[in-house]
Amino acid sequence: MTSPATRAAPLARRRSGRLLAGVAGGVADHLGVNVLWVRVAFVVLAAANGAGVIAYGLLWVFVRQEAADVTRQVTVKERQQAMGLAALGLGIGLAGAALQNQVVGWIVGPLGVAALGAAVVWREADEAQRRRWTSGARSGFLGGRTALLRVVAGGIFVAAGITVFLLGNLDLGQLQFGVLAVLATLVGVAVLTVPWWVRLARDFGEERRQRIVTAERAEIAAHLHDSVLQTLALIQKQSHDPREVQRLARGQERELRNWLYGPSGYGRGGERPGPPGETLATALQAAAAEVEDTYAITVNPVIVGDHPLDDAEGDLRALVLAAREAMVNAAKHAGVDEVSVYAEVESGSDGSDDPEGGAEGTEVHVFVRDRGKGFDPDAVSEDRHGLADSVHGRMGRHGGRVRLRSAPGEGTEVHLEMTIDAEREDA
Amino acid sequence: MSEPAVTGAIKVFLVDDHGLFRAGVRAELERGAAGDPPIEVAGEAGSVDEAVAGIGHLKPDVVLLDVHMPDGGGAAVLARVRPVQPEVVFLALSVSDAAEDVIAVIRAGARGYVTKTISARELGDAVRRVRAGDAVFSPRLAGFVLDAFSDRPGAAPAVDPELDLLTRRERDVLRLLARGYAYKEIAGELFISVKTVETHVSSVLRKTQLSNRYELSRWASDRRLV
Repeated sequence: MTSPATRAAPLARRRSGRLLAGVAGGVADHLGVNVLWVRVAFVVLAAANGAGVIAYGLLWVFVRQEAADVTRQVTVKERQQAMGLAALGLGIGLAGAALQNQVVGWIVGPLGVAALGAAVVWREADEAQRRRWTSGARSGFLGGRTALLRVVAGGIFVAAGITVFLLGNLDLGQLQFGVLAVLATLVGVAVLTVPWWVRLARDFGEERRQRIVTAERAEIAAHLHDSVLQTLALIQKQSHDPREVQRLARGQERELRNWLYGPSGYGRGGERPGPPGETLATALQAAAAEVEDTYAITVNPVIVGDHPLDDAEGDLRALVLAAREAMVNAAKHAGVDEVSVYAEVESGSDGSDDPEGGAEGTEVHVFVRDRGKGFDPDAVSEDRHGLADSVHGRMGRHGGRVRLRSAPGEGTEVHLEMTIDAEREDA
Repeated sequence: MSEPAVTGAIKVFLVDDHGLFRAGVRAELERGAAGDPPIEVAGEAGSVDEAVAGIGHLKPDVVLLDVHMPDGGGAAVLARVRPVQPEVVFLALSVSDAAEDVIAVIRAGARGYVTKTISARELGDAVRRVRAGDAVFSPRLAGFVLDAFSDRPGAAPAVDPELDLLTRRERDVLRLLARGYAYKEIAGELFISVKTVETHVSSVLRKTQLSNRYELSRWASDRRLV
């Protein structure tokens, strides 16, 4: 069983109560642990070749900020603690790298400056995103003088870092230097614009999702309009006639149920298979619906197992027609407003269960029952051909059996029984 | 067929997110459910949280539970109340007849499942019956369970025969339930006592709740009946 109550929050960076980018807080929310432990984990990881620092950066770039504006309180103590941990992590990462290799230390220095610049710009991007969410405006992410200043400063950091890195580590001729400088500039621009690229991709996905949702909504609205609203209007017009109201309501209920839960219904989710071949279950349900509509009663079919309708040379069709006739009889003569229909398809393999079966084939049983007046089967008047011709005759011609149980005041039950040959079953 | 151990009015708690429906059921139960023991609607709730709080506070005998609610539905209420108050009995009352909903609330611990179109008298009987410790199977639920336990070709073999298979008698009882027979009529048909029918139905309920047979979970999602 699934328990939706324990589903974790999706991974999203915190917008409030954060120190740097809200990564640690977001991870803590997602995993359901204290944010302190996440921060400590990042610091510990930072000792492993700076993995913690890199992980933090990657999460910053690729995990989106939470959309909801939740306010969180950060105590001074927690802030100090987090600051200390961040400094410690960065220090461990850098020191570890420097200790391991002198050259690495050389690279880390200038690139660290570049990373700092990128961080400043990215943080500004987060701010812009927050502004967009709060104000709803889609306009520029560079709003405001301070923002522009910060981005420019970040850009200078990145450029300086890369330049120092190039100058310090390479000893090249004019041409190569020129080419590398251009490449480095491109890398710098790419690094700076990472947040906007990521956001562009996200916005595209978001827009697509919105379009799908809108289309879905339109479909639901159209369906409700065509069916439910129309029926309600009809019911209001017919409100003087309870029978007609009942009929309309029941018909609408059936239609809506079919739309929601039916084999190709809305509630089936994405996959919408085409109409499957007609089966005993669908045919019986259709017959029950027809009787309901015609006689303004409720017919509740309960069907266990199923069988394709066309396998048995029309025998099953005859069975459905006979069942329909039995329902019509109950609707017309029993004087009740509810009829139960139960159908069961029993495959031959567990026929040992059934004392009277014994045959190899598949057994189909249909029971049509009402709790109405009932009658004496031996004293049926001549003019009631329904039962004799449509039920007995039809079943007899197709190798089925009919058992009738009724007594005055006790209701009526018609039991239709048919065996479908085993060799046809696999067709 | 009421249990002598139960004395006084049965305290019922209604959980449904439609206020109109709650009002209707309350009126029907208080007006129509004359019988012994009488039924009294102690409280109602429109959401999962309200329901959990209300049930904890009022300690009703029977909770009438809607399956579909915006914040998790009947299964969520069952999951939160049953560990704390195992003595409270749940009867699912829903407009949905989708097989997976029915099987899900039964497996979450409801003692029965009836649809909202049930008449006031039948609902009163159902409440008394679950209160007395029996299970309440509507014809449709009986059909679902029969189908879920049936041995179709290609079905996985039963792992624990005690839980994964229905006895022949249980099958007979379920079939008659699915055909719309009342307990008394089933008893007459099978030449057994009403008490025995109740025992069989309770045992089927237990198997439906506890069986690990993969069909029961898979079947319900595979098959959505109207």
